[in-house]
Amino acid sequence: MERSDKARLDAAFSELYRAHLRDVYSYAYYRVGNHHDAEDLTEQTFLQAYRHFERAQAESDGRPLRPWLIRIAHNLAANLYRDRSRRPQTPIDDTTVLSAPHTTEDLVEGRDELARIIAGIGTLPDERRDALIMRFALGMDNREIARAMGKTDGATKVLLHRAIKQLEGIVTPP
Amino acid sequence: MNHEMAGMDIEQMLRRALAPVDPPERLKTRVETTLQELTDAAVDELEGWELSAMRDPRNWVRPVVATAVGASAGTALVILRVRQERRRRAAQSRNPLDLAQRTLKAAAGEARKLARLD
Repeated sequence: MERSDKARLDAAFSELYRAHLRDVYSYAYYRVGNHHDAEDLTEQTFLQAYRHFERAQAESDGRPLRPWLIRIAHNLAANLYRDRSRRPQTPIDDTTVLSAPHTTEDLVEGRDELARIIAGIGTLPDERRDALIMRFALGMDNREIARAMGKTDGATKVLLHRAIKQLEGIVTPP
Repeated sequence: MNHEMAGMDIEQMLRRALAPVDPPERLKTRVETTLQELTDAAVDELEGWELSAMRDPRNWVRPVVATAVGASAGTALVILRVRQERRRRAAQSRNPLDLAQRTLKAAAGEARKLARLD
């Protein structure tokens, strides 16, 4: 590879990194449930992405690369749990996380509800939980989620619908 | 029954519960430092290495790893990992040659680990 090509590729990757660090970290945090593992997962995601960036960019045909990045994080998280053969032992440390992204109003009026929602998400099957994280934490649309999870748009729509219905059943008593 | 929750829209609650999380500053520094090292290493990984450097065992790791992982961006990561374990290998080694052999073995092992992540 020519030096100029390498420089162009590195510049494009830097842009991708700056644009999506928060997305990857948010996904990682809600996926693994603690800051320590989320930081490791985020770093590994960008290292993997860097290694395969040239090919991904060539194959993307101009489409956004966020689903590809999240897919890397998704696969690494799955490997993490497979290696450990267990679910995360540390619950989401919501006192830390809620203090940053949530408003004062949220904290005063909705903390219990938010905690119940987070606990409910934690009980969902992995795929449903991941789909909810991508939709609501990252704001991804059905097509992006489908690309990140390797599913069709239709299957993703059904997955999200079922995830929301199941969560509703968990957090809203009859 | 939780009356507050019953009256709320589940999607609205999900948006609030799953608010984006800002990465800590230390993570930004960590990732950017690592990526910078990868970038630097990838540019001149093999072409910048001269045969004369082989006289110094400290220079053996980089070409071995570069060959193993195809001079990819993972090279610097492998070297970092190998360096982190240097003290332990030094304590186990009988002499400098033994240390060099252990270092090359560790580098190849880390390179294989990285390759398996693909």
